[in-house]
Amino acid sequence: MSTHNHDTPNPYHDSHRDEAQNKALAERVDKIEALLLEKGLVAQDALDKLADIYENDLGPMNGAKVVARAWVDDEYKKRLLEDATSAIAELGFSGLQGEHMVAVENTPEVHNVVVCTLCSCYPWPVLGLPPSWYKSFAYRSKVVIEPREVLKEFGTTLPDDVEVRVWDSSAEIRYLVIPERPEGTENLSETELADIVNRDSMIGVTKVAAP
Amino acid sequence: MNNIHDMGGFIQFGPIPQETDEPVFHSDWERKVFAMNIASLAFLGPVDRARHAVERMNTKEYINSSYYERWLRGIEIMGKDLGYLTDEEIATGKVIQHKEMPHPPPNAEMVEGLIRGGAPATREDGRLEPVFSVGDIVLVRNLESKGHTRATNYVKGKVGVIIKFNGSHLLPDTHAHDLGDNAQPLYTVRFEAKTLWGDNVDRKDCVYIDLWEDYLEAAE
Repeated sequence: MSTHNHDTPNPYHDSHRDEAQNKALAERVDKIEALLLEKGLVAQDALDKLADIYENDLGPMNGAKVVARAWVDDEYKKRLLEDATSAIAELGFSGLQGEHMVAVENTPEVHNVVVCTLCSCYPWPVLGLPPSWYKSFAYRSKVVIEPREVLKEFGTTLPDDVEVRVWDSSAEIRYLVIPERPEGTENLSETELADIVNRDSMIGVTKVAAP
Repeated sequence: MNNIHDMGGFIQFGPIPQETDEPVFHSDWERKVFAMNIASLAFLGPVDRARHAVERMNTKEYINSSYYERWLRGIEIMGKDLGYLTDEEIATGKVIQHKEMPHPPPNAEMVEGLIRGGAPATREDGRLEPVFSVGDIVLVRNLESKGHTRATNYVKGKVGVIIKFNGSHLLPDTHAHDLGDNAQPLYTVRFEAKTLWGDNVDRKDCVYIDLWEDYLEAAE
């Protein structure tokens, strides 16, 4: 598995465990799972369905469709900025951890970036489950105090006169960033536009690049 | 509760670990923990209790655990709190005491219904009329909490401006502890970087955070 920053060992890296640790964790998890199943707290078909939905149905491809629609349809963008939950539901996306959506628009003057400092709240219906970096202590702790330094780690450098707004998801409101539409994409279709919108740009740590 | 989970404003956790082509789950045990956590909410929830269980972890253990390891610990903590699991059962994986369940566990169809339908935090009863208006200057009260709260330490005692009223949302501080919904106005509040981090800060940055009415008082 390739990683950036691999030359700087990070004791707080949030995803990697060696083989022995994974084996021990797998055994511990299997014990808990067996207990919950036998005691009737969970059902096997429900566990399978959950993994299936979050691995296959929900992900940033959903949010990308929302952004692409907002880029090509001004009326839709207006509805999205006024009532994101309803506007996102128009495209068929809603549900757990997306019950109360707010969309924030990046412009040449304002750059928005989203975090949850207390845990790792994230808009699951439109972006799926969060990447490791979003859940890392490094990101959760630093982006509120040094957002520009954090953005630089993602290759995003902003002029001093751009206002950086960090959204800390402390309640059940979930935030989706509408990135700026890149120049040179005037002739792309809505589908082609959705293809260039990636996850990180909808969290707000990167900008969308023209293809 | 004061613990390491409330980490907004620390700067020495090192570089942010970025992974290319990251899978949704890195191993099968992560997949299982995620699924168990959501599927068991019918008995172990609400989500506020689940968040608080993780916050109660020993600080050093929290720091040295990955995300889904913390979720696993949360299941163990809630299972024990609510009388569904014992230490011996967790250690052995063998059922020792059976507890009568009030209803069967949610099946695949019910879980899918939860995922698609969600569990809204807004309420139509409780305190519905907001005390504050957009543009009001507010101070985040400096309240000690031994339990669950979503007021971060970095905004406590700080002054911000109300930018939005979001309706009445149930209060995690009581909901996490079976003390009722206590629904009340939820506001989005803007804080300038200078206010949060120091008078000498001149960065043109700000933080927007969602705060419940009980967290706030009027300020000039």
